[in-house]
Amino acid sequence: MTEFLAFFKTLTPTGYLFLLLTALTVISAMGVVTARNPIYSVLALIATFFCLSGHYILLNAQFLAAVNIIVYAGAIMVLFLFTIMFLNLRREDEEAKTNLTKIASVIVGGTLMVMLIMIFRAKSSQLPVGSTVGFEPNTGMVENLGHLLYGSYILPFELASVLFLIAMVGSVMLGKREAGDRHF
Amino acid sequence: MALPILLTKGLIILVIFGISLLIATYSTYAERKVAAFLQDRIGPNRAGPWGLLQPIADAGKLFFKEDFIPSQASKWLFILGPSLAMFTALMSSAVIPFGDSIRFAWDNVNYDVKVQGIEINIGVLYIFGVVSLGVYGVMVGGWASNNKFSLLGAIRAASQNISYEIALGLSIITILMMTGSLSVRHIVDQQATFFEWNVFTQPLGFIVFLTCSFAECNRTPFDLPECETELIGGYHTEYSSMKLGLYLFSEYINMFVSSAFISALYFGGFHYPFMNEVNGALENSMGAVTGHNLATAIGFIVFFGKILFFIFFFMWVRWTLPRFRYDQLMNLGWKIFIPLSILNVVVTGAGLLYDFKYSSWLIVVVMVVMAVMSQAKAPKQQVVPQRTV
Repeated sequence: MTEFLAFFKTLTPTGYLFLLLTALTVISAMGVVTARNPIYSVLALIATFFCLSGHYILLNAQFLAAVNIIVYAGAIMVLFLFTIMFLNLRREDEEAKTNLTKIASVIVGGTLMVMLIMIFRAKSSQLPVGSTVGFEPNTGMVENLGHLLYGSYILPFELASVLFLIAMVGSVMLGKREAGDRHF
Repeated sequence: MALPILLTKGLIILVIFGISLLIATYSTYAERKVAAFLQDRIGPNRAGPWGLLQPIADAGKLFFKEDFIPSQASKWLFILGPSLAMFTALMSSAVIPFGDSIRFAWDNVNYDVKVQGIEINIGVLYIFGVVSLGVYGVMVGGWASNNKFSLLGAIRAASQNISYEIALGLSIITILMMTGSLSVRHIVDQQATFFEWNVFTQPLGFIVFLTCSFAECNRTPFDLPECETELIGGYHTEYSSMKLGLYLFSEYINMFVSSAFISALYFGGFHYPFMNEVNGALENSMGAVTGHNLATAIGFIVFFGKILFFIFFFMWVRWTLPRFRYDQLMNLGWKIFIPLSILNVVVTGAGLLYDFKYSSWLIVVVMVVMAVMSQAKAPKQQVVPQRTV
């Protein structure tokens, strides 16, 4: 207990903020999984994205934080909420899981658990050590990120945008009503 | 951060918060007076001189009404809806520069504090983030009411906001290209001379941005989410008492913030013609500190003049134009504004390559010529209304 208190006394304000944010992130992420109502689940996911943006700001990556809010919390989650409102899922509508999905989820979840246990049991010598010497605190700022994206990484960046364009055109093609289709 | 800076910043934030609430309160009064003026009526004139106490009477009435929660509604989300709407509306004014800076000396140290909530290098992105969250208040409240009309209103609000956010973002990209910064203060500082105001260099971007901000604020002619002829009251059908009040109030705060944003991005913010001459004269006659503070105060007042004009413009349009149909709204957003803004980005980029700032006018001129030509080609006969018996 005293060790615990001593640990708390060594923390900087940023450290307290980090702990608070982490606790909030974990709680809201648990909420996503445990909520029975899909709407509550989506709202908890939005809260999780907010906490992640807080983490980005603590890492001095303001651009990433803002874009995370705009793209994930602001656009994708609105679409999620939109779809769920349309479907209006209720508890009795929940379809029963087949054995195949159960086995698959056990394998995936078990692998994740093994990895997490490995990480938590790692000795301090096995942990990666971040060096503060060559660290540039302004890496995450808009200007530096822009220079990187439009300088060294211009080809992957442009390829990714072409990929997005293809995905957009594809979804429009799929969603398009063909001649003779019913309206509903 | 030093204590004096912290205190001044806190004071500035409180003042901006108070002013935005005050302006939102009196916007409700102004809206009714403007409506009355446009419709040749008198408007509210009972409470206080010229009806000036009307907003307070309205608020008192809303507080004393029964706070009703429908039995089948999701109770917590029903309360969360208006709170979210108000919260996101109040958050967005943090990065808008309301004035230049306040200078003062404290313990022989000179301070220079900017009249702004916080100056960050991602100011424009911050506002976009907050604007994109604004729709949650409407969606959550509309869904939680457990009413089909509310749900329809919520869904309309969601699709409308997502559609117009894209055009809004694309129209602002041209300004970012010309400024080379995401900070709102940098954008304002670049418009120091009158003919470099972004409204003169980016007329098309301004029109698209203005229209999209109408849609983002759910104001007429884009108030489809609360369209009372089709949806009773839209997303706030089931709301009563101050919960309804918060929804209505957040709309006026949104209006104030978008007016401030339009003035800052396109109308030079706190700059006005011959500002440098006035500032120089003030600093010469009253000293660097007092003169500068006085100049800042004048800029602050000028900025609020611009904001009030745009609030009036919002009301003017509301009582002039009828509401769009939903398919017209979607067509306007997706098939007209988004291609136009992309074209604007391309043309502005090409202009900037040759150091020509006013290339956006090219599109406007071509559009006007095309409109005139199509008018000239149209048959000149009178349109007879078709009636079926």
